[in-house]
Amino acid sequence: MIQARIRKHFRAFSLDVDFRAAAGVTVLFGASGAGKTLTLDCIAGFERPDEGRILLDDILLFDGAARVHLPPQRRHYGYVFQNYALFPHMTLRENLLFAAEKIPRLERHRRVKEMLERFQLADVEDRRPDQCSGGQRQRCSVARALVASPRLLLLDEPARGLDAPLRAELYEIIRQVRANFATPILLVTHDLDECFELGDEMLILREGRIVQSGTPREIADKPATLDVARLLGLHSVLEAEILQLDPQRNTSTLRVAGHQIAGQYYPGRLKGDRVWICVPHSSAIATPRNGSLGPNQIPATLERAHARPLGALLEFAGGYCAFAKDLSHNGDWTVEFPPASIHVLSR
Amino acid sequence: MTVDWFPLWLSLRVAGLSTLISLAIGLWVAYLLANREFRGKDLLDAAITLPLVLPPTVLGYYLLVLIGRQTPLGKLWEWIFGDPLVFTWQAAVVAAILHSLPLLVKWSRAALESVDHSYERAARSLGASEWRIFRRVSLPLAGRSILAATALCFARALGDFGVTIMIAGNIPGRTQTLSVAIYDAVEGGNGALARTLTIVVSLIAITVLAFVNRIARRQPA
Repeated sequence: MIQARIRKHFRAFSLDVDFRAAAGVTVLFGASGAGKTLTLDCIAGFERPDEGRILLDDILLFDGAARVHLPPQRRHYGYVFQNYALFPHMTLRENLLFAAEKIPRLERHRRVKEMLERFQLADVEDRRPDQCSGGQRQRCSVARALVASPRLLLLDEPARGLDAPLRAELYEIIRQVRANFATPILLVTHDLDECFELGDEMLILREGRIVQSGTPREIADKPATLDVARLLGLHSVLEAEILQLDPQRNTSTLRVAGHQIAGQYYPGRLKGDRVWICVPHSSAIATPRNGSLGPNQIPATLERAHARPLGALLEFAGGYCAFAKDLSHNGDWTVEFPPASIHVLSR
Repeated sequence: MTVDWFPLWLSLRVAGLSTLISLAIGLWVAYLLANREFRGKDLLDAAITLPLVLPPTVLGYYLLVLIGRQTPLGKLWEWIFGDPLVFTWQAAVVAAILHSLPLLVKWSRAALESVDHSYERAARSLGASEWRIFRRVSLPLAGRSILAATALCFARALGDFGVTIMIAGNIPGRTQTLSVAIYDAVEGGNGALARTLTIVVSLIAITVLAFVNRIARRQPA
């Protein structure tokens, strides 16, 4: 279990986060410059927070008030760097031995051997990193981070710049680590797919603050704020006015772009509120327009179509999107927002 | 013509010894400058650089003031070793160090700083002490550049004239190094000797340069 409360101020940026992470993968997600890597580096001891407290199990890593700031060497974590940072002048085995220095000699060699086998590196243990494949380097960097039995594993955008097969291989390694080692894993990424592939929990950072936390599914279904919805990029975000609210029947009427559509009951909202609503792209239904509008349909003018591996993402004037399989239609469209998919954001 | 080869052997010995001492001091200073933040860092950097910009005679004069027979350092040396330091071949070593140390520190520092910091961070995250990181990671990775710098410093130390003649003098068979011997030969009208020694020095310098280029070309991936 890692508990971190970190404050660090710079001239144009300040980091202020407070979270805890248990076993499993906790993803720190956010745009570049949101403070993800800085958070990781504060936990790793590469950066010193201005205030706060970082506790790993029962070890106090940092305490601003008590002036505790353990050097990285005494923090007992493993760190997988973006470029792996395997020592280029050592063989894979030597890389692991370097990390296993503190383990008693006999036990050390056994442990290194075990890790090399577990990560399928036994055949290439005497090669230097530049003589190994990308996948082997990847496995070696994870094995090296784990060889000394750390209490926490930190990964800084490990999949950045990898092609799809290597990425899949890395995800598999991380899933294995999650299954076989009881350490909490903190993973920094700005790749949303990665959050869903690996994340048990997800923390969304924006401008140095955690704006939402929860499971990736919860967050994707119900982004808490406009910022989160925009950051995820999975939803149409529309301005709406609440015309009616009916808690008994769990319904509401909304005015969106001059049209009335039906929604659910939104607790805590009042009639007449102007709100932002969001609808997942995958729930909005785009159809070629013919004749009159059906329920919850809005006329739409196609602005751009983005080809996707499965079908296309259509972007309409007014900032809403929908998936469509068929792109042959050239005329007007309607977009339907099913009532159950409409979610109101807090500002 | 019989050539007295003593100046060559003396020069090689002086350059070799001074390079070793410079390496020992220089690596340590370079490490401090590259990795640590401390008060007076800029001052240390400037002090190390100063010999590069001062005229040799000025340096020689400073050294005479610092290690002459009447100074505390000079007396200490005499008390330990029984002989004065000035006007011995050991003084020529001091002169050579003065010329090779600044370059060695500058180049080694640049080499250490050019090592990708993620390796050092990785080593720290793996629990290695700073000394172990220096010995096992930074130094091997910067090794080629430092070796090249050391070779150049050796060549530089071989050729010192100004400071050497100020504090070691020109005593044939005792403190007369190659550069000084060439000067002496030209002064004394012994053109043949001057030519021979000049060719020897040039050959050594070219060999060192060729060696340095070889090292530089074989950069690790």
